[in-house]
Amino acid sequence: MNSISNRAAPRRRHAFRRAALRLALALAIAGMPALARADTAGYTLVLKDHRFQPATIEIPANTRVRLTVRNLDPTPEEFDSFDLNREKVVMGGGQGVVYIGPLDPGTYKFMGEFHAATAQGRIVAK
Amino acid sequence: MLATLIIVFREVLEAALIVGIVLAASKGIARRGLWVAGGIAGGLLGASLVAAFAGSIANFASGMGQELLDAGVLFAAVVMLGWHNVWMARHGRDLAAEMRAVGAAVGAGRSPLYALGLVVALAVMREGSEVVLFVYSIALSDPGTAGPMAIGGLFGLGLGVAVGAMLYLGLLRISTRYLFTATSWLIVLLAAGLAAQGAAFLVQAGLLPAFGHNIWNMSAVLSERSLAGQVLHTLIGYIARPNGIELIFYGSVLTVNGVLFRLFGKAPIAVAARVPAGAPLPPEMPTKV
Repeated sequence: MNSISNRAAPRRRHAFRRAALRLALALAIAGMPALARADTAGYTLVLKDHRFQPATIEIPANTRVRLTVRNLDPTPEEFDSFDLNREKVVMGGGQGVVYIGPLDPGTYKFMGEFHAATAQGRIVAK
Repeated sequence: MLATLIIVFREVLEAALIVGIVLAASKGIARRGLWVAGGIAGGLLGASLVAAFAGSIANFASGMGQELLDAGVLFAAVVMLGWHNVWMARHGRDLAAEMRAVGAAVGAGRSPLYALGLVVALAVMREGSEVVLFVYSIALSDPGTAGPMAIGGLFGLGLGVAVGAMLYLGLLRISTRYLFTATSWLIVLLAAGLAAQGAAFLVQAGLLPAFGHNIWNMSAVLSERSLAGQVLHTLIGYIARPNGIELIFYGSVLTVNGVLFRLFGKAPIAVAARVPAGAPLPPEMPTKV
């Protein structure tokens, strides 16, 4: 006699969980940009002939920065860094923004994954 | 050629591992092959679409379209995996008993195979779109390398699929009695890892605070660049140098899924799993007689 209510329970809980997740996501997306983007220093990285210019960027440690990657090549590139845990596709002729940090002082390598032979660079946090 | 091999391998690996887990987790359920194959096909279609519209997607949401799409895809997979686990906790023991008795595929009428099919599709879509963009990028910058590149890509694909198959065959060595428990816990860890990845994309987009960088640094011990590191990254969400928010997402999803799994696992399964005669069944998933 309990079988029907027993079977309904996970569906109800699931619906609740999904609703909660949606709400959390919506709040995060709606509320955070203003918070996150305030007071963030900007840096620009240019990609040309599958090389980053400058190949080394110095940023302040323990501060979040806004890194704009401008791709002057006609080909798509993926800005990729294990050290920073970042990956972002930047289309040919396009640009993309990646938020980085706050970082401990140190050197963090990044690369253009699609042309890793030449597209190498590093971020030095001081 | 080698560069192509490595990149294609790395992208295929993640999707292949997920397919391996999904196949093991749905062992013995009728029509699972159809759902997984459909998931792969749908994922490939989705990957091509994402790659074709990568420019527009990137420009969406003030340049954060890719991150939002990636995070959304990851969180959707997390929910589907959680749903599968709740169902499995209630019916898995019954399923295993029936499989042992019958020794063949059982028609699990209400099994949420669509959830696993969608997980496969989302994984293939995410990783596949990067392969498509990479191949397109190389083809554009080095025309005339199509031949060696195709060979490298095929080898990468084959290697990735081979690792996924190894995982699947390895999981099948677990006896039927414990298989679903093992795959369910594996799915709990997988979902937690995917949630952490989703959080990382929202941090990258500046939508979530990082809550601390390098909470610990295990790069020297096990780098995510290494094969083992990457496999563990996919399977259990290993991150060599996590930030705070990734740990929060990982821990929350782990806790929620773990609690749900245990909670529903203790339900009176033998009663609940039997579909009473005459009970309405969803038309798309009729039980096998």
